[in-house]
Formats: sequence, C-alpha cells, structure tokens
Amino acid sequence: MDKFFLTISLILSFLALICLYRAIFGPTVVDRVIGVGVVGTKTLIILLLIGFLYKRMDMFVDISLVYAILNFISVLIFSKYFVRKGVL
Amino acid sequence: MSLLMVSNIIVMVFISVGVLFLAAGTIGFLRFPDFYSRMHATGKCDTLGIFLSCTGIALYTLQDGLSLANIQVSLKIMFIAVFWSLGGPTATHALLKSAFKAGILPWTKDGKSVIEWPPK
Repeated sequence: MDKFFLTISLILSFLALICLYRAIFGPTVVDRVIGVGVVGTKTLIILLLIGFLYKRMDMFVDISLVYAILNFISVLIFSKYFVRKGVL
Repeated sequence: MSLLMVSNIIVMVFISVGVLFLAAGTIGFLRFPDFYSRMHATGKCDTLGIFLSCTGIALYTLQDGLSLANIQVSLKIMFIAVFWSLGGPTATHALLKSAFKAGILPWTKDGKSVIEWPPK
C-alpha cells in the first residue's frame, strides 16, 4: 500500500508542476491566481499521503487542514484586492 | 479474499478516481482558451477530486482499528473534504465575479463579444 501512495504522490507532484506553467506564463493576473490555487489543492492531498508514508497522520492532517483554510482565504483576498479595473 | 483486501481495493478505487478527476481538471486548465472556461474546468474537478481522495484516505485511516485517535483523525480528514466542497466553489465564484467586474470578456470563436460591457 505504501508503493501505491508513493505513486499517487508522484503523479500529483507532476500535475502540480505542469499547473505551474499557467501560474508563471498566464496571460492575466486572474490566471496566475487560479494557478496558485490549483497547485494548493493538489498539495493538500500530497500532504495527507506523506502523512501515511511517515506514519505520522495525526500531525500531517493538521498541516493539511491549515493549508486548506489558508488557500481558501488567500484566493478570496486576491479576488477582493488585486483584481480591480485597470489592473488587468 | 479477506476483509482487509476488500477494504484496500475500495480505498484504491476512491483515491484513483479522485486523482483521475484532478488530472482532468489540470488538462482543462492548461488547454482551454479563456479564463472563464479554465475556471469551469478547475472549479468543479478539483472539488470532486478532493472529496473522493479525502474519503479514500479517511477509510484507510480507520483500517488500523477503531480507536479514539483514529476516529478523530478520520473525522478531521472528512472535515477537510466538507470544508473544501463548501469553500472551493465560493472562492471560484468570488474570483470570477471580480474578474467580470474588472472587464474581462468571455472568449468567442469569431472574436465578437457576446454582450456590451461595460454598460454605458
């Protein structure tokens, strides 16, 4: 089962890496914001799987929870303050 | 076929389908021509992918025995899933609304805009 979790983590890391293309070269600011958000959601699952690999699930689940809340709040704050008329 | 093997297969199916949805969302995010259609791809696929993956991981946590610590960790993982299925669409909606107010028009094939924006 460890091998399965390691494979899934590697697939998710690769997906996060190719999402970073849109976060760097995105045509508008909004593309960059949503690119960072997508990388964050994949990192959330990777953190839970790393918790199984290190056998410390009770610690890593808290880190993942904080990561989810921070990701949500950061997208809201970006949408409120960075995306205005004339910025794009 | 023991009970543990059946449970392992259920966990594997949940996590694999979740990762499949995440991969589909990523492909749509890279390939679609417009900001709005990219959000359409990621906003839904990420929500379902995270929900399915977290369900699989919570089921696997319960395999070590039904102790109080395991149930607590499993409930926390399900809280992440429920929180993200409420928060992800909310964040998508807020970002999309502010982008529409900022004046990005939806993509069309012939380049003509669908609506008059900004309104005079």
